[in-house]
Amino acid sequence: MKTLLALALALLIAPAAQAAEDRIQRVISPGGIEAWLVEEPAIPMVAVEVIFSGGARVDAEGQDGAAYLASGLIEEGAGDMDSQGFALRKEDLSARISFSSGRDEFTVGMRALSANLEESFELLHIALTEPTFEQRQIDRVRDQVLSGMKSDLVDPNTQAATEWFAQAFPGTSYGRPTKGTPETINALTRADLLDTYGRMAVTSRMKIGVVGDIDAATLGPLLDATFGDLPEGEALDTSPIDPVTVSGVHVIEADIPQSTAIFGHRGMMRDDPDFIPAFVMNHIFGGGGFGSRLTTEVREKNGLAYSVYSYLAPYERAALYMGGVATANERVAESLDLIRAEWRRMAEQGVTEAELEAAKKYLTGAFALRFDSNAKIAGYLAGLQASGLGIDYIDTRNDLVNAVTVEDINRVAGELLKPDELFIVVVGDPEGLDESN
Amino acid sequence: MRRFLAFLTVVLAPQSALAEPVVTSFELENGMRGVVIEDHRAPVVTHMVWYQVGSADETPGKTGIAHYLEHLLFKGTDTIPSGRFSEIVAENGGQENAFTSRDYTGYFQNIAADRLGLMMEMEADRMRNLTIGDDDWQAERDVVSEERRMRTDNRPSAKFREQFSAALYLSHPYGKPVIGWKSEVEALTKEDALEFYKRFYAPGNAILVVAGDVTPDEVERLARETYGKIAAVDLPEHTRSVEPPHLAERRIEMVDRRVAQPQFMRGYLAPSYVTAEPGEAEGLVLLADILGGGTTRRMQRIMTQDTDMAIYAGAYYSGMARDHGEFVIYAGPKGDATLAQVEGAMDWILEDLLAHGVTEEELARSKKSLIADEIYSQDSQRSLARQYGAALTVGLTIEDIQSWRSRVEATTADDVLNAARKVLDRRNSVTGFLRGPDAGKEATQ
Repeated sequence: MKTLLALALALLIAPAAQAAEDRIQRVISPGGIEAWLVEEPAIPMVAVEVIFSGGARVDAEGQDGAAYLASGLIEEGAGDMDSQGFALRKEDLSARISFSSGRDEFTVGMRALSANLEESFELLHIALTEPTFEQRQIDRVRDQVLSGMKSDLVDPNTQAATEWFAQAFPGTSYGRPTKGTPETINALTRADLLDTYGRMAVTSRMKIGVVGDIDAATLGPLLDATFGDLPEGEALDTSPIDPVTVSGVHVIEADIPQSTAIFGHRGMMRDDPDFIPAFVMNHIFGGGGFGSRLTTEVREKNGLAYSVYSYLAPYERAALYMGGVATANERVAESLDLIRAEWRRMAEQGVTEAELEAAKKYLTGAFALRFDSNAKIAGYLAGLQASGLGIDYIDTRNDLVNAVTVEDINRVAGELLKPDELFIVVVGDPEGLDESN
Repeated sequence: MRRFLAFLTVVLAPQSALAEPVVTSFELENGMRGVVIEDHRAPVVTHMVWYQVGSADETPGKTGIAHYLEHLLFKGTDTIPSGRFSEIVAENGGQENAFTSRDYTGYFQNIAADRLGLMMEMEADRMRNLTIGDDDWQAERDVVSEERRMRTDNRPSAKFREQFSAALYLSHPYGKPVIGWKSEVEALTKEDALEFYKRFYAPGNAILVVAGDVTPDEVERLARETYGKIAAVDLPEHTRSVEPPHLAERRIEMVDRRVAQPQFMRGYLAPSYVTAEPGEAEGLVLLADILGGGTTRRMQRIMTQDTDMAIYAGAYYSGMARDHGEFVIYAGPKGDATLAQVEGAMDWILEDLLAHGVTEEELARSKKSLIADEIYSQDSQRSLARQYGAALTVGLTIEDIQSWRSRVEATTADDVLNAARKVLDRRNSVTGFLRGPDAGKEATQ
């Protein structure tokens, strides 16, 4: 596989399929619940994605990991079904339902066959409104999470990211692992989890995308039946959190042949007027896979890495500009020197007209590509709403990219890229690396 | 019995009525085959060329050459300089990549449907006209070494899998890692790559797969104008070592300080879709699902719920291969449970199945689940194209792919039991333990 990690990480602002752009409908149910819908009758299935803003941010003080654990328990029993009963019902309907909770969001995904649509939504309704959180299942899923945490402690990427975030966001939820720690999750009671869950699936922070073999008239009543009796919930603190400028290199010793590095500093919020120029700049710098400056210098010319990338990471309350690389211990210092030099070159000299033109051609041309499935488009529709972007964003997005000038990018690059503020965490046994703080 | 039949009718009828994707095929005079999968949901296309050559076709001592060559195919031809291929794809708003497996090597672009001709022209060009610059090949070999460190050497579970596969095959090249052994990868040369390229990259050894907003006529016309102009080439036989009969089960244990969760794994050599007797591969697919396909299946139910001795447990069958399939069971012990205890419990599950077979309800549930997966997989143009490409490249036909659903539906409980009896023979197997240094003490207590 020649896949670059960068490609996967670059999907921060994702355009929708061109074929879908004229077809997004804003559906308001009789009960007032909004969903964005694209009708797609070609395959007899429907994909649904629901994003609840919150995620680990709803964890109470000292209860880190509660939302993560709760999201893993929803399928382990709901209504009068136990864990097996729920799974059997899902099988009877051939429905696929998933729940996950991250730093900022609790996400629910469903794929259902058209033939079983109503029953599938009803199952989702029971899962969302009547999870049982039986003690035996809490203990079992907690053990799974604890096992995952032990594995995280020896996974170089997770080790590096955990350390990076801990130092950049001390004393805030962004500085703590989304899964919590053994201490915090071992202390969680059933009551704590139910209490946390009560803040996760709430209508005031809910965004819904639906794509498939369904029309607005059918969807409206299903929205009410599925989500209508969820609590409204309370607003969360969205005040900005400023990442600490750490600077320098921090090494976590590990007996592995290749050093894994994660680096970055403060970034740009999604609603910043300069976000699009920054996005285009990042594509040229390290977001675009083959042809990006980081890949050209570190991989193509010097053979120092299989994967080197950068990305804008706009979270709900903070923004980062991040990147990563993995290079043999003996040569990782060389990789990091090249990356620092590129960081400085971009900050000081910006991009050329030719680079910008190539980036525009790619970004606008690839507009239609990222959504070759109903499930991906549903996720995009929910994501657009969660990012506060309008339903017309898809129509205007390529114009926004095309309007970016070299001057815009050079100004934004100078403001955003701070080579002296780069904080680099390396996991491995690196040679010749000047560790400083 | 009657009740069961009624259940089957209700459950399976709506799914069986679903349409298959529209798939057509053609063949060019130079032997290259083409397959078109129509998907008109969006004005985009997935263009893939699959070569019937993979790591199993490598010369002894040159492991990793198929994958290394895959990287080098981005390094230019007589007319397109190094790196320019990717630039052209990007300028046209396309995404691209490539992959190497035991049996095949594939290249693809996802792009606006009206750029298909350009992609075919470039892909046809690099089928025969590769040139590799002197600077490029050494840097790219370093890239592959970094890829190996990232995927394998830095990860105990991946190193374990590599040892496991090497132990499963006594002679057949499926035992070698696709990315190659470290010392051999580091010694590969430009000449090795070009020699391999000239032997295997030819129209008669390639399959074109196009999925998306296209018509079969248009694809065939474009294919004739591009791939059709390449002269036919005599192809070498796939000369692979033949696996001798297995007379002794093998056991491996790997201890690594960076293992947090111990792991039990057993793999059985099995027939593949290509080599299986009728009904056997379908029996194995269903067997894997009945044993380890999810929360309600035997292994997860018994290991993670009833006995609570495992964090996870499951089984899978990988049969999409030219020469051999593999049937694998695995589990991660929990708490005080040892790897030996987990192995014992997993063996009990297998023995119970071999003694009593599977129930009609289990069979119906697994069929339904597998068929639903197949329907959902139609949602992704890229994965549909990959399914067809992989199946055709290992030697199956479009009819084989399209009759899969009815063959699975026709599989009986006896078919499943017969497949289980044939394959679940310990002499055909490797049992592997992966653990950290501390877990050993636990095991001897």
